[in-house]
Amino acid sequence: MPRGMLRGFWKLTWLETKIFMREPMGFVGALLVPLLVFVVLGRAFGIGKPMATPGVDIPFNVAILAAILIAISAVQSLVAIISIYREGGILKRLRSTPLSPVTIMGAQVTVKLVFTVASLALLMLAGRRLFPGVMRVNVFSFTAAVVLGTFSILSLGFVLASLVPTARFAQPISAAVLYPMLALSGLFYPLDRFPRALRGFAYLFPTTHAVALLQGVWDGSGWSAHWVNVAALLVLFAAYTALSTRVFRWE
Amino acid sequence: MIPVISVSRLGKRYGRTTAVRDVSLEVFEGEIFGLIGPNGAGKTTTMECVEGNRVPDAGTISVLGLDPQRDANALRQRIGVQHQEAQLQKRIKVWEAVDLWASLYPRVVDTDALLDRLGLAAKRDSWFMTLSGGQKQRLFIALALIHEPEVVFLDELTTGLDPQARRAIWALVTGIRDRGTTVFLTTHLMEEAERLCDRVAIIEHGCIIELGTPAELVRKHCPERTAVFTSDDADVIERMQGLGAVERNGVTYTLRGAGDDFVTGVINVIAREGIRVRGFRTEIPTLEDVFLKLTGHGIRD
Ligand SMILES: Nc1ncnc2c1ncn2[C@@H]1O[C@H](COP(=O)(O)OP(=O)(O)O)[C@@H](O)[C@H]1O
Ligand SMILES: [Mg+2]
Repeated sequence: MPRGMLRGFWKLTWLETKIFMREPMGFVGALLVPLLVFVVLGRAFGIGKPMATPGVDIPFNVAILAAILIAISAVQSLVAIISIYREGGILKRLRSTPLSPVTIMGAQVTVKLVFTVASLALLMLAGRRLFPGVMRVNVFSFTAAVVLGTFSILSLGFVLASLVPTARFAQPISAAVLYPMLALSGLFYPLDRFPRALRGFAYLFPTTHAVALLQGVWDGSGWSAHWVNVAALLVLFAAYTALSTRVFRWE
Repeated sequence: MIPVISVSRLGKRYGRTTAVRDVSLEVFEGEIFGLIGPNGAGKTTTMECVEGNRVPDAGTISVLGLDPQRDANALRQRIGVQHQEAQLQKRIKVWEAVDLWASLYPRVVDTDALLDRLGLAAKRDSWFMTLSGGQKQRLFIALALIHEPEVVFLDELTTGLDPQARRAIWALVTGIRDRGTTVFLTTHLMEEAERLCDRVAIIEHGCIIELGTPAELVRKHCPERTAVFTSDDADVIERMQGLGAVERNGVTYTLRGAGDDFVTGVINVIAREGIRVRGFRTEIPTLEDVFLKLTGHGIRD
């Protein structure tokens, strides 16, 4: 990227960040909802396995659920923004400036990642205060895993954004894809108890690998033990990105 | 004279719709050139091919000596573009949009002075969504002019504006031309084309059907002139001999003829005969009439 373009990238990224913060609902979805899920469920059931209260047992990690919700809300927001911008001709207007397509989309992704990290930081802080002694996970490792997962799910978001016919369908279509993906991710129900075919299907989704990696990071088994999931996230990222460059519509 | 824009045998299809069938035209330095025609005629498609924002299927285009496809990046630095129906982010502030655009070009005008000239200085801190239609269009013009382009493209700039806002925009566009910038615009408003354009091309069903200055086109296709006057004098019909048939309706007389000299002729005879005239008006055909004559239907049909 030439120097001038780099300036355009930072300008656009900063601008989109400000615009997102002016969006009344954007902030709530990105920061508040995952935090609320984390705090409320965490209070009720505790964080991580095993569960403390006998009889009340939810077999999943609330922190990982909240982290994945953060990633998913980032993707939903990306799909919504792209479809609104496309419908309003904003993409077209930006495209006929010297800004390159990669810069325009790169700025959107950067904004989403910034909010993902901010939201996660908030979650960690809340966790440290509200559940002392439980959140012993390595913050950097956990954040890195969430960012990698988000990247991979965002690339799927670009494919979704191409399929969405008008802005009104952005929310329902992305929800219809992302939430079943979350259900199949192995977070709520172990993958090895899935029927074979369904398990194979689940492996095609980045959420499944993101959950596995996050669980590994949480348990302390670390990245090397989950190199398959890391590789899968990278491969899926490459595949979805390649697909979206073919099907993406600017108008 | 070397044209700034030269389009030859342009063609563009979308699937099975042929949007542009055969368009050839040239735009010269310092003129306002208008592509006029009804909705769906292919104006936007033609303009976007010329800007390099759409890939043509056939024909050749040269803008400022560049190929819009091959030299897209170089061309973007030298042209300014206003798209039809393209918005900005709802909650972007006017100054933020101007600032972003200004950061994308190596050389830019004094943006404060530009906003001032376009009457947007007071709206610097307003969100885009709070601007009126006319203010939005003026902001788009500002964005298109920020890097002092040699050619500006304005697609249906005044569609949907009230007459007052429209007039304000016309003055701005004339101002752009007077500063030496070439303007290529599209419109389906014949009045706008007639007021604004030095030359026009009429496009229908993707083909250019006529091209020239508005006055030339009117002279060529609609030479009819009508003079109507009111007089209480007696024997008016007898005294107005030699100008063709005179229609009388009470005290109102109508004369029909052709050519630019006709109206002068009528005035001369009235003066020579010393006819006392209470009212006098002429009916001169407009581009709208030319369009009707050439296509057999009105522009809004
Ligand atoms: N992106 C597109 N996809 C398919 N058809 C299009 C597209 N843009 C324009 N058309 C069609 O091409 C024709 C010319 O459109 P356009 O160039 O927008 O005309 P105008 O600007 O004169 O109204 C119309 O029939 C229109 O429906
Ligand atoms: Mg159009």
